[in-house]
Amino acid sequence: MNVLLDNLALFREGFLGTLSLTAVSAVFAVVLGLVIAGFRVSPVPPLRIFGTLWVTVLRNTPLTLLFLVAFFVVPKVLFPGINSFVLAVCACGFYTSAFVAEAVRSGINTVPMGQAEAARAIGMTFTQTMRIVVLPQATRTVVPPLSSIFIALTKNTAIAGAFDNVDLFNIQKTLSNDGYDIAVIFIWITIGYLIITYAINGLFRLLENRLEVAR
Amino acid sequence: MSASVLFDAPGPKARARNRVYSVIGSLALLGLLGWAVYRLYNRGQFAGELWDIFNYAGIRQNILDALLSTLKVFALAGVLSLVFAVVLCVARLSDHKPVRWVALVFIDLFRSIPLLITIFALWVGILGDMTSMWALVLGLTIYNGCVQAEVLRAGINAVPKGQTEAAYALGLRKTQVTVSILFPQAVRSMLPTIISQLVVTLKDTSLGFMILYPELLYSARLIANNTPVGGVYPTVQTVIVFGAIYITLCLALAWLAKFIERRGRRSKAGIAPAAGAKELQEVAPSGSSDPTPAPGQGTGDVHKD
Repeated sequence: MNVLLDNLALFREGFLGTLSLTAVSAVFAVVLGLVIAGFRVSPVPPLRIFGTLWVTVLRNTPLTLLFLVAFFVVPKVLFPGINSFVLAVCACGFYTSAFVAEAVRSGINTVPMGQAEAARAIGMTFTQTMRIVVLPQATRTVVPPLSSIFIALTKNTAIAGAFDNVDLFNIQKTLSNDGYDIAVIFIWITIGYLIITYAINGLFRLLENRLEVAR
Repeated sequence: MSASVLFDAPGPKARARNRVYSVIGSLALLGLLGWAVYRLYNRGQFAGELWDIFNYAGIRQNILDALLSTLKVFALAGVLSLVFAVVLCVARLSDHKPVRWVALVFIDLFRSIPLLITIFALWVGILGDMTSMWALVLGLTIYNGCVQAEVLRAGINAVPKGQTEAAYALGLRKTQVTVSILFPQAVRSMLPTIISQLVVTLKDTSLGFMILYPELLYSARLIANNTPVGGVYPTVQTVIVFGAIYITLCLALAWLAKFIERRGRRSKAGIAPAAGAKELQEVAPSGSSDPTPAPGQGTGDVHKD
């Protein structure tokens, strides 16, 4: 009990660090994932190839390797002196965007063919078909997998902590240096993560219920 | 790919426009790539000497050793997690309420804790002293065992109820029904998902980097830091080489999953893989598994690319 109360400020900093990293990279990943999914179903071949390549490469690369690139290659070679939070967001965001793109694409595939055909029949272009007809309907199928993708993202942000980004995992270093019992530290950190993951779970449950009505 | 329903087979005007988009798109992508390459070139990252280090026998031996220790952990964790998954799955479906509850809580808990924390906690000695290898293996086993147990459970739930009833009617015992009726069909229908979870296991062995286990990433870091060529550390080069190794390994496994799925779809006997996948969506609507076997994009879709 002491560990938490004595270091409340540190825990708060770590918790907010994890929360903000998760939130920012989630938004980044969704935007990027939508664009990539759009590329993958678009009529322009080079974009399709790029989308496929993006998803294949990022899904088969360990996140740790991406962090290695982000923290040791990018600052040294491409952008010197970049902030570690931005790097962590890039690594998590790029990695997660591949999974979001896949979820969105399979969502698009579940929209009945007649819908897209009807949209085409009344003369909509590809962008219009996607924006007005297909994507709004795909949202419903995309929401459940998206929730597990975000939960996985929350857990993956722990890796950023190991690379010296301040978050829940990162503060265990400070605490164990202060001589607190390691088991107790980990219990509190775990509870921190559980709060975030269960909150995401609950939020998405609400969202699913809300969307359910529309059908 | 004019077969897509999302856009018409392009006419002359659309073809011209698509060609323009193609050129612009390719130029933009090439520009981005070219810029990165130029930037790397400017820093002298393409100098021959920096790449020459991979011709040294010592470094090749290092890479081979690292590859073997990654594969060793992967093999151990893969096998142990599947064994553990069977145990957990049986407990989860047990007729005894307490056993069921313990399994449920265990699975839910360890699926929600970041794997890195499990591994790290094991390594710093929550369960007594442990070498980094066993901490990694045990952490991977616990986490992936929980995920695989849910996958197996989905497979078992997808087996039509009549099969179990028929087996009981024939006078088979509970054990016999589970071992000879349920599990074979569950494993068969969930094999693609099980293998794509194994890809996740393989990727997660890279967490050994954090606990100083000498696997691929750790030795990449060592090589990059210990062989400076003319004052430049070959970080970019090692990352490219080791990244290629990881991607090849994972793609090989993913390809195996795709191959098995295609074979499974061909045969008409038993339940199709797709049926099991649908079941997985239903039993784990918003579980906290790693994205790869995530429900919704579970089986089927995962291997489509």
